[in-house]
Amino acid sequence: MFDVEVENLTKRFGDFVAVDGLSFSVGHGEIFGLLGPNGAGKSTLIRMLTTLVPPTSGVARINGFDVVRQPNQVRRSIGVIPQAMTSDMELSAVENLVIFSKLYGIPREQRKKNIPQLLEEVDLTQWADKPIKMFSGGMRRRLEIARGLVHQPKIFFLDEPTTGLDPVSRVSVWEMLERLKRERDLTIIMTTHYMDEADKLCDRIAIVDHGKLAALDSPLKLKASIPGKNILEVSFTGASKDWPNRLRALPDVAEVKGQENVFRISTNNGPRTTVELLEAARSANVTVASLSVQSTTLDDVFVYYTGHQLRDTLQAPSMAESPYVMKRGGM
Amino acid sequence: MHRVWAIIERDLRRFRRSPALMFISMVMPLVQLVVLGYAFGGKIKNLNVGVVDEDQQVPAVKLHEMFQAVAANAKTFTPIYYHDEAAAIHDLRNGIINGVLEIPPEFSRKVLAGANPHVALVEDNTDQFAASALEGILASLLPSYNAQPVQPRMSDAATLDVVEIYPYVPYIQFLLPGVIVLAVFISAMIGGGIIYIDDKARGLHEGYLVTPINKFELILGFTLAGAIKAIIAGVVLITVGSIIAGIPDPLNPLRLAKMLILVVATAMALISMMFLIMVRVNDPLVPRAIFGMLNTVLYFPSGAVYPTQSFPPWMKIITTVDPFTYAVHGFKQLILKNTGLMAVSGDLLFLSCFTVLAMGIATLLFRRTL
Repeated sequence: MFDVEVENLTKRFGDFVAVDGLSFSVGHGEIFGLLGPNGAGKSTLIRMLTTLVPPTSGVARINGFDVVRQPNQVRRSIGVIPQAMTSDMELSAVENLVIFSKLYGIPREQRKKNIPQLLEEVDLTQWADKPIKMFSGGMRRRLEIARGLVHQPKIFFLDEPTTGLDPVSRVSVWEMLERLKRERDLTIIMTTHYMDEADKLCDRIAIVDHGKLAALDSPLKLKASIPGKNILEVSFTGASKDWPNRLRALPDVAEVKGQENVFRISTNNGPRTTVELLEAARSANVTVASLSVQSTTLDDVFVYYTGHQLRDTLQAPSMAESPYVMKRGGM
Repeated sequence: MHRVWAIIERDLRRFRRSPALMFISMVMPLVQLVVLGYAFGGKIKNLNVGVVDEDQQVPAVKLHEMFQAVAANAKTFTPIYYHDEAAAIHDLRNGIINGVLEIPPEFSRKVLAGANPHVALVEDNTDQFAASALEGILASLLPSYNAQPVQPRMSDAATLDVVEIYPYVPYIQFLLPGVIVLAVFISAMIGGGIIYIDDKARGLHEGYLVTPINKFELILGFTLAGAIKAIIAGVVLITVGSIIAGIPDPLNPLRLAKMLILVVATAMALISMMFLIMVRVNDPLVPRAIFGMLNTVLYFPSGAVYPTQSFPPWMKIITTVDPFTYAVHGFKQLILKNTGLMAVSGDLLFLSCFTVLAMGIATLLFRRTL
């Protein structure tokens, strides 16, 4: 049985289709990443899976429970860290955890045992009684992670868990998530638009664009799936007009982009292409001014699958961003 | 029930840590009580009245003497003598004096001949309050001027004897019931309106909605938390406000107990109204924008500051449906007249029905999703 099963899930807001017939499943113990540009439908998808937004059509089962028909069983199975920082600023770390334990109906004895342990796990024991408004962004995020775990869920949802954090805090959140996943046997579903984050943490990645699944696989396989394993960035002096054609003729070259003297060459065999390129340059009397060889990154994968034009699209209104006053039919 | 208490506990802990909020919901109504109470309540004094005497005979001099007596004792007005009517009118128009009293040239002759003598008052009617005070004092002077030196034993003139059944009620005491309701309202507006929508906009509600709490537990939690804060504000006002306004025996436990019942009914009605208004609102600007308007529309037509009998028909419609009206009426009975609960049972009934109706509609409109 899969921990998360999504079949043909769709969400419309009026004429706008935020999520368009998505299907995928997530196995137990996986860290599953949802990648996509802003407005691709990631947050709407997470909100449907966490019972916050009812789907227009399709089925989603979490831990075997249907999100529409068995929402409370779903809610007991999942921990959710929303995108916005949603802790109570005026309350202390412990108070925040106590209130949420009560909302989940955790008995007092269990609360007394769980909460110090959770604070220890997210390194906040020292700050347990301080109000959240004095916490840094990273500390708040860690507290929210602890808050999402008060009822010992099986599946953990995180919506952009490290957005807005400094590099040190990001790394500490990553390490914490990996450790928690191991120790608590969690399945984690997270959205992000940091490629390094997805690459480092996720077992599988779904690239979502325009509400549709553009690609779904492990980071390694995704990188292998696009043309060229390496990228050569080269600049020359004294290149002739047909020089780009000479480059395209080199062995293993998949694609050559660029003009005049600067080129970006995708190749299936970086070292071999590099050697051949240097020889070709010597025999043609072209000087290599600079040369660098890079492996394909998830950025390349992302751009390959989502296209790289800047897109300004409208997205589904969320409460936090809502620019308008009242929903139609309100009051 | 545990979940309901969790929502309430969270709200009250936050309330305890925001002194600014407590200050606004309790001190602002008290300031209004003191400032409005003394700004409107006092007797009008020290008006300047120009006197133009074109007669100068003995009967006119007798009038002068009565003016001097008023100036020396009641101090309602001070006479300023003019020789020239035009100069007096000029000063009146420029606001230097508040009225002009003219004694015409034929006054004495007409008094002696018994031929309908007249004195004229030219008043600055842009200030209704000063003008009516002036009219009142002069109208009461003339009968004593007219009184004959020797009264007939039996008079055929009917007179009115006024009996006041309560001790003198200064305006500040008249205002206190409205101010108590205002404090409850401000607290409901901030606690149930502004904070509720701010939490929603900041995404705090998203945190609750992913827990297994159900719709009714959420509504009950939010409503009770708001009502408790509003009741605290109301209790502070019924005690501190009564002391400030000089209500006799302000801490009488029986009356405080009766008022507490009314405070609870008022808080529940106002918080339900607020919840109904805010149930589908997401924009944090909305409660702030309607705060002032709602205050004006509910507070002034309630009879808190002026008797409802003077209102035009359209405003009387607001008065009839406005929960403020019944709350203010109830507090007036309990504070100014020290009545029993029977005298306010109608008010309690209306406030309870209003609460049930508003909560019912709000519950239907409430959505447990984003």
